[in-house]
Amino acid sequence: MKNLAQAPHGTPVRIAAVGGEHAYRRRLMELGFLPGVEVTVVGVAPLGDPLQLEIRGCRFSIRKAEAELIAVAAHSAPAMAEPAVLARSA
Amino acid sequence: MTTPLVALAGNPNTGKTSVFNRLTGATARVGNYSGVTVERESGRWQLPSGEVEVVDIPGAYSLTARSHEEQLAMRAIFGLDGPRPNLVVVVIDATQLVRNLYLVTQLLEAGHSVVVAANMMDAARAAGRAPNLARVHAALGVPVVALSARTGEGFDTLCAAVGRVLAEPELGRNPLHFDYPAALEADVAQLSPLLQAADANEARALALWALLSVAQDDELTHIDAAVRSEVAKLRKQAEAAGRDLDAEIIATRWRWLDGLALTPPTAAHAVTVTERIDRFVLHPWLGTTLFVLVMSLLFEALFSWSEPAIRGTEMLFDWLGQLVRGSLPPSVFTDLVVDGVIGGVGSVLVFLPQILLLFFLLGFLEDSGYMARVAFLVDRGMRSIGLHGRAFVPMLSGFACAVPAIMATRTLERRRDRLVTMLSLPLMSCSARLPVYTLVAAAMLPRDRLVLGLLPVQTAAMIFMYLFSTVCALTAAAVIGRTVLKGPRIPLLLEVPPYRLPRLPVVGRQMWLRARSFLSEAGRVILACTIVLWALLYFPRGPELAKSYAARIAAAPAEQAATLRAELASERLRSSYGARLGKGIEPLIAPLGFDWKTGVGLVGAFAAREVFISTLGVVYGIGQADQENGTLLRDKIRAERRPDGKPRYTPLVGISLMIFFALSAQCMSTLAVVRRESGSLRWPLFLFAYMTTLAWLASFTVYQVGQALGFG
Repeated sequence: MKNLAQAPHGTPVRIAAVGGEHAYRRRLMELGFLPGVEVTVVGVAPLGDPLQLEIRGCRFSIRKAEAELIAVAAHSAPAMAEPAVLARSA
Repeated sequence: MTTPLVALAGNPNTGKTSVFNRLTGATARVGNYSGVTVERESGRWQLPSGEVEVVDIPGAYSLTARSHEEQLAMRAIFGLDGPRPNLVVVVIDATQLVRNLYLVTQLLEAGHSVVVAANMMDAARAAGRAPNLARVHAALGVPVVALSARTGEGFDTLCAAVGRVLAEPELGRNPLHFDYPAALEADVAQLSPLLQAADANEARALALWALLSVAQDDELTHIDAAVRSEVAKLRKQAEAAGRDLDAEIIATRWRWLDGLALTPPTAAHAVTVTERIDRFVLHPWLGTTLFVLVMSLLFEALFSWSEPAIRGTEMLFDWLGQLVRGSLPPSVFTDLVVDGVIGGVGSVLVFLPQILLLFFLLGFLEDSGYMARVAFLVDRGMRSIGLHGRAFVPMLSGFACAVPAIMATRTLERRRDRLVTMLSLPLMSCSARLPVYTLVAAAMLPRDRLVLGLLPVQTAAMIFMYLFSTVCALTAAAVIGRTVLKGPRIPLLLEVPPYRLPRLPVVGRQMWLRARSFLSEAGRVILACTIVLWALLYFPRGPELAKSYAARIAAAPAEQAATLRAELASERLRSSYGARLGKGIEPLIAPLGFDWKTGVGLVGAFAAREVFISTLGVVYGIGQADQENGTLLRDKIRAERRPDGKPRYTPLVGISLMIFFALSAQCMSTLAVVRRESGSLRWPLFLFAYMTTLAWLASFTVYQVGQALGFG
């Protein structure tokens, strides 16, 4: 399995990389589509497109063409090591 | 002391509008952001400590923007177009806490004074996902209030918190400094001196905003050329160094949010009500069936249920006109009041039933969450003509009437999508075209003839007109979207919110606001146009004609008097400026098979397409009483002969005329509403020009080719 459009329905997968047109990719990331995050394809429209996704408890629809630009790994794959990020108050 | 200004911000679908309604009640006013047709709602909110002004910021997931419209939220919050808000209340959806907090981090980072209102706490509790707000408060360092706009819970606490923070802004401030990579910090340091900002936090936030938002193909305004070139330079450098600027900023913020671990752990994945409903609603054939049912119902409502109210309005204004005419002496002034003003007001109000009904249904679909599913279901089809799934309902409504349908394009987020939709949907065969088709088909098409041995010609013609107009409208949308309104293709990203019970106050308020905006803005233009049109078909009015008839009418028996009166009306119309216009355009419309009488009808039809029939009736000297049954006009048209004795209105002329009506922009109300909704005169002029040209070319082709082939 390589991209989100090929992901099996109903099974969570983990995002490996987010691609796409600049502004669109930025919006996806701001909604929390980031490497390491779990996403599930929950359904597809009757005409075969777009897909419906569940991520962080929210549902979004995106088209297959854009889903193909989101690389995913099977859920069992270890999450990317992420350094803890700190914020300090000024 | 000036009234403090509070901005109400939040993601879409958080119930922000309900909160705004509750806070401001009847004091809410609707204006526009300058230069765009995005509504700016504001109102007064009574706090124990005094009155404040609240402004509703357009819903957004983030302050980052790619278009001028998305930029409005950021500009309003930073006070770049007006006064800077003293405080920002961020309404968040408690059931989707963390995603909503992304916007909050942006506001805190910029140093704004913030109060977080966690709305829908009742729903979050019911779902067993209520966040621990004390922990949210501890993490963010600003007041966090539990709220439920539905039950009214928490509004007192919100008042108190806002009052406290207004008195002491530091309570709402927590300028977060995320640990961005050093290279990004260097970029920010380069960029921020170029930005005008109140303090270092704001300069930093604006620099981060510009790094994310400014791009070669953005549609932003008010961006300094120096900032633009600096951002381009920095992005290029970052790219060369293998850095991902967007990810550096966004992922850092998200990692901080995720690190707070605020989302309550859900036990086993419980199947929600929404999921259960969606199993049916999004089911391949069950869902499609439901979709067809809902859309048929919407169409039926607009097309048929509104009919009694429309009839009632027409009757009321007829009656009012009669009443006034009876109590005033016959004069030009009386005619102006009755036919111009009362008739004009009637022609505005006649749109209200459909507008109210459509916005009621639209509000219901939006607020319940079904509209997002509609967009999901039809996306594949709508995409092929370059439109968003949400354009489906406005397009469908075009079959009933273009006026409410154009107003419904407000459900679309992008200005380009709104324009493409409102410029193509007037080609849909609206209900005002139906009586014209009926008359023309009955008067000019052959009777007792079957098409393919199945359908009567007249029925077949009707079906054809509907198919034809649909194909034309869809083609027009595709063509306009690829030429005149060509823009960057923006991929679909549609939030599919949980189902919620529609809230009647919210739905009702939208309905009322839309109706009011129609009456006060488009309505005025329609009224003025009606009066101008009335004058065109009324003047000049020499007294000789009336005098010469007066004696004859007085002498004639009752029946003949009516005929004479109709004859007088016809004579008068024929000598009016409007008729001169109709005659003047005869050389233009003759190649389509139309004569000057049709020309006069076309001028009259500008008031509304169905007025074509009554104008033609007057031209043919048919009295008021006889107009009712309609067969007389049909017979007169049938009986009309050319000098060579052949019928004047052949089936070919009929087809040409029907096609002309299908395609032309013969409706000033449509043009007035497009003017209002597009915010410029350019688009109604464009609409009129392209539809008239299209209509002329199509009718010309049909008539000329038909003649060459020996028909009519």
